[in-house]
Amino acid sequence: MLTFKLNGQRVQSNAAQSESLLSVLIEDFHINGSKFGCGRLQCGSCTVLVDGKPLRACGAPVSSVAGRSVQTLEGLTQAGVPSRLQQAFIDEQAAQCGYCISGMILTAQACLERNPNPSEQEVRQALDANLCRCGAHNRIVKAVLRAAKKVGS
Amino acid sequence: MSKVSIPPHHHLPGLATLNRRSLLKTAGYISLQFPLLLSGQEALSANANEPVRLPGDLQTNRTLSAWLRVNADQTITLLVGKVELGQGVLTAVGQVCAEELDVNISRIRITSGDTRLVPNEGVTAGSFSMPYCATAVQYASAEVRHILLSLAAEKWSLPIDSLRVKDGVIASTTGQTLTYWDLVLGGALEREATGTIAPKDPSLYRYIGQSMPRIDFPLKMTGQSIFVQELTLPGMLHARVVRPPSYRSRLLSVNVSRAQAMPGVVKVVRNGSFLGVIAKRESQADAASRVLEKSAKWQTDTQMPTHDGIFDWLLKAPTHTVKAIKSQARASSEGVSQVLEATYQRPFHMHASIGTSCAVATFTPDADMVIQLHSQSVFETGLSIAKMLGLPANKVHCKHMQGAGCYGHNMADDAAADAALLAKEVMGSPVRLQYTRAQEHQWEPYGSAMVVKTQASLSASGEILDWDLKLWSNPHQVRPNGDPGNLLSARYLEKPFDLVIPENGGPPNYAADRNAIALYEFKGHKVTTNFITEMPVRASSTRGLGAYANVFSIESFMDEVAAKLQVDPIEHRLRYLKDTRARDVLQKVTSLLGPKPVVKAANMGRGVAFARYKNIACYCAVAFEVEVNPQTGSIRVLKAFVAADAGQLVNPDGVKNQLEGGLIQSLSWTLKEEVKFNDTTILSEDWASYPILRFSEVPPVHIELINRPGMPFLGAGEAAQGPTAAALANAVFDAIGVRLRRIPFTPDRVREGLAKGQS
Repeated sequence: MLTFKLNGQRVQSNAAQSESLLSVLIEDFHINGSKFGCGRLQCGSCTVLVDGKPLRACGAPVSSVAGRSVQTLEGLTQAGVPSRLQQAFIDEQAAQCGYCISGMILTAQACLERNPNPSEQEVRQALDANLCRCGAHNRIVKAVLRAAKKVGS
Repeated sequence: MSKVSIPPHHHLPGLATLNRRSLLKTAGYISLQFPLLLSGQEALSANANEPVRLPGDLQTNRTLSAWLRVNADQTITLLVGKVELGQGVLTAVGQVCAEELDVNISRIRITSGDTRLVPNEGVTAGSFSMPYCATAVQYASAEVRHILLSLAAEKWSLPIDSLRVKDGVIASTTGQTLTYWDLVLGGALEREATGTIAPKDPSLYRYIGQSMPRIDFPLKMTGQSIFVQELTLPGMLHARVVRPPSYRSRLLSVNVSRAQAMPGVVKVVRNGSFLGVIAKRESQADAASRVLEKSAKWQTDTQMPTHDGIFDWLLKAPTHTVKAIKSQARASSEGVSQVLEATYQRPFHMHASIGTSCAVATFTPDADMVIQLHSQSVFETGLSIAKMLGLPANKVHCKHMQGAGCYGHNMADDAAADAALLAKEVMGSPVRLQYTRAQEHQWEPYGSAMVVKTQASLSASGEILDWDLKLWSNPHQVRPNGDPGNLLSARYLEKPFDLVIPENGGPPNYAADRNAIALYEFKGHKVTTNFITEMPVRASSTRGLGAYANVFSIESFMDEVAAKLQVDPIEHRLRYLKDTRARDVLQKVTSLLGPKPVVKAANMGRGVAFARYKNIACYCAVAFEVEVNPQTGSIRVLKAFVAADAGQLVNPDGVKNQLEGGLIQSLSWTLKEEVKFNDTTILSEDWASYPILRFSEVPPVHIELINRPGMPFLGAGEAAQGPTAAALANAVFDAIGVRLRRIPFTPDRVREGLAKGQS
């Protein structure tokens, strides 16, 4: 039995300790945001925040989050209201298929927490290890900068 | 967006009036035999026995109720056979529907891609959704609106022209009102469309032409379930398949019992050389599949020509058909002063979807195979799967759900087929199958490698007299079109289905030779397609099909000729380009690029290229500013510009998003991507061995659209692919004088070009 916090709620998992965090989130907690992309830590679709830091959930055993706090895309939404960053992605229409977006938003969230007023280049750098195949990169960068501007204002 | 107010409807000149007595008296029901007296009689066929040609996909799905339902809860259901591939098509067709029906867009509910509910619109591909689906929705909606107004006019004994409609509420000048929902409540639109009700005048548009936000984005941005990869059904099991080490392989033996005994394993399935495992959890299926993989003994052969050898292989391939798709001999007799030639090569490219393909299949106790899938061809794939499983066609029910962007025929259909093969073994339990990254990368059907040879003969005065293009290509359309042989696993079953020998596509869309006929008007113009049906690696439709390589070649060669003649490459193109819309986008992109610097900076360059996709869809011109580092050989794109004309714009921001995405993807193909393989195996098995463009490499993209109010909708999703490749090659040539003719333009190839001093 393993306990951790998922989007602010204390949860327990009976899954094998070696099972990937991603599988447990999807199969036991019906998390939609985090997606399987590669299973090789290469694309970032499965990114979650663990104690506020980005983690690729496909390669981390669930045991690695015991006692820690995991946040997924769902966890950014409060009482059905999208977070400022989520809203910025909607406002900028910052996607095409949207499969990579959960990883993008969570990676950007961590970037903004570290650096509330990043330059465009810093945003690109922060997202450089997250892959998008549709070519929505520039819109994604704009969305992050839009949210950052609001943080500053 | 739902706050848009709708001004009173104005009568459109030439709009047909209905004979009042022809209206069926039964409230809310419109008869199939509804005789219309229409002013647009010329639209009707001269031959009474021949059905009228209807706009878009109304031609093949002619009943209005197949497309539209007016619901008691004051909503409209729009049913479409085209599916959302992540490009925003459902948002756009919703706009068209709301526009022509005169209802608030918030009332539109869209059902898409369910084979038991929607009109069969074939495959969602080829930039056809706007011209075929949106046009059908436009005419169907206009006609339903007209019928509803006619019913109200009949009821009130008033002329239809005197009525106004706002958000489904019809009002007379004397203050009476009736709603759409009053009029057809409980009824149906079970009648054939006539196609004769003219859509609105563009000056009245309030939804068409607006950049409406995508309807699916709030769900996607907040993690609400929408992708098939997220689907969870009660009692759902998880599956993995085990693939052979190479395409041509036979499973000799495998230790099934060891995997079968592993925790959570429900069933190991072996059918000939198809091997899969079903378990309670995905990790259990994964672990068992690895054990199976280890013990499996395969017989394989080593026949692949390697990624470096593929171009020679194509030129020497034994099985091919040669077809002259254009052979316009020059009538004039000017003397040829010089002949230029070039050869261009593109490798195999992957769709490389960010999400690996996935499907959920359930074999129900009454022997229905229900499949949730992200296929582009739900009807054809369903039929192929039915034949593979030996089920009647009507027992396979496909329900489209969104997946990761596919950009063509990826493994969506294969995943559906594999899920169904496995689900058939565990009746009653839904089976979810998702591929591993290596399986997706190594087994998807790639965009075909191609060789294109061009030749131009020039007059002494520098005119192109004869233009000759020859291309060599594998097939680009190997979709499951009702045949199981096009489903990957069907070829490995104990009773295998053979791959049907693919055909090339003919005019006007073409396939391998898509866009091979240049839009330029040359005196002599020949185009020859060498179509090679033997496929050393798996190939099928990838965004743009042959247009990517053909436009790359044509537009590179136009620049090569211009450089040889020392003329401006834009002026050179305009000389042969008569189509004014083509000229407009080319001139527009040139103005976006701005005036040439007086003194060219070292290693900096600019390049432009143009094509009208398929010669019938979106006009698109692309321009780049690049900087090349001669030491490392790396190309950095500093700025990108696009000018495009997609006819009447429905959602300008959506079109921009598509064009920008297409440009970036094509830039990725052209700079970085090549499927690598030796004689046995595909070596590109993940994002490290098949890198794609990253945030730090993506240039800013500036796009300008030319709207053409009232003109037909033109699909834009693939328009940027070809021009991007050529504009990049042209910019690199401008920067360092090296002409890159083999894609991708890797640093090694740039350095090699510099070392040779090639031009």
